[in-house]
Amino acid sequence: MNNIFAFLYRNNFFFIFLILEICCIVIISKNKGYQGSKLINSSNELSANVYQFTANTKEYLQLKEENDRLAKENNILKNQTKLGFAILSLKNYKQNDTLYRQEFEFINAKVINNTVNKRNNYLTLNIGSNQGISQDMAVINSEGIVGVVKAVSENYSSVMSVLHKDVIVPCKLKKEGINGTLLWEGLDYKYCNLIDIPTHARLKKGDSVITSSLSGIFPEGILVGFVDSHERRQNESFYTVKIKLNPDFKKLNHVSVIKYIYKTEKDSLEIKTQTQGDK
Amino acid sequence: MINNILKNSFRFLILILLQVLIVQNIRLGSYIILFPYVLFILILPFETPKLLVLLLAFLTGLTIDMFYDTAGMHAAACTVIGFLRYYILKLLSPREGYDVGLTPTIDSMGSVWFVTYALTIIFIHHLFVFYIEIFRFNEFFRTLLRVFISSISTFIFVYILQFLFYKSNKVK
Repeated sequence: MNNIFAFLYRNNFFFIFLILEICCIVIISKNKGYQGSKLINSSNELSANVYQFTANTKEYLQLKEENDRLAKENNILKNQTKLGFAILSLKNYKQNDTLYRQEFEFINAKVINNTVNKRNNYLTLNIGSNQGISQDMAVINSEGIVGVVKAVSENYSSVMSVLHKDVIVPCKLKKEGINGTLLWEGLDYKYCNLIDIPTHARLKKGDSVITSSLSGIFPEGILVGFVDSHERRQNESFYTVKIKLNPDFKKLNHVSVIKYIYKTEKDSLEIKTQTQGDK
Repeated sequence: MINNILKNSFRFLILILLQVLIVQNIRLGSYIILFPYVLFILILPFETPKLLVLLLAFLTGLTIDMFYDTAGMHAAACTVIGFLRYYILKLLSPREGYDVGLTPTIDSMGSVWFVTYALTIIFIHHLFVFYIEIFRFNEFFRTLLRVFISSISTFIFVYILQFLFYKSNKVK
């Protein structure tokens, strides 16, 4: 027994090194995928405050562009209000009389930290669980999809952007309605790949790609980007389509977090049927 | 001694802030990624106990992880270089050993020595960071290219940065 202790003591440098590395591996493996560890990410108070400070300074430099964008969006919204419509003087007219129920709720947020040049990119937002944010919510801006919420603290949240290897969004071609899967290969932040598009699809440069209703996180019909080129890779019976992303990921500032109101209901129903089916 | 601790803590703070606030926002494409914060581990004084170097490296990595959202990645890579620094220094030591009170800088050891020392450590660090980040083999060669290009760029950055921390003592 004494020999073992003596051996450990003599090689203490190596063993402490080993223990620290094991700590790191545990932290890394706990942080894989969606179930993030709560302590070591940028939604903790210290790093979030530092990022908040820099974001405030940066915001002034981008005010002009941001104003232009918001003004444009205001115009679109104004066109849909009563102001833009005249009263019809006809006695008979057709009306689309469907009742709507609200499925998604939009929460406004500001990006206080953002990267584009890593293999896995994250954003930090200035709202958190106190403002009603929770894991797995979708994030978009006025130009298209941005990412998925990964972890939240009380006042901040950490978002995996589309430029992340774990973010895989079901999308479809707007014109043909064909479903595919969006993923990022890690090279250029302006382009993404859409895989699993069958070869009978007729693709043209500039076709728009939107989110499909299959994702369960994103509402259907949010713009993703436009078709740039397509190729058929070796030994594959599907097209891989290169897509130019519509949002400029270098200039994210104001985003909306989307809360899917019926998410728990949908998830619990799916789990229930699946477990019943297994029996 | 106290002076040394103060100086190094100050350097730690400056380098972390530099990395997080400025370098993180420098975008030179997906192949050139700079991590000049390793300079802190590089130029700890020669007589720092090896266990302390290991622990400081681990802490530095963890701090960077907190800002970079990478949970453990940088900590793992930094611990490796904290461990290997001792052996690399031993390998590169001059015949009569290192003088007391010196730091491994260009100024005290000469530029040829520093290039070998810093480039080795930076390369090992980047190798671990990029391969842990990707964590699969199908982008093996692209990642390797990334490691090479990024280590050389980081090294150039670090080389220039040295002149900010150290004014030449030789001119008297």
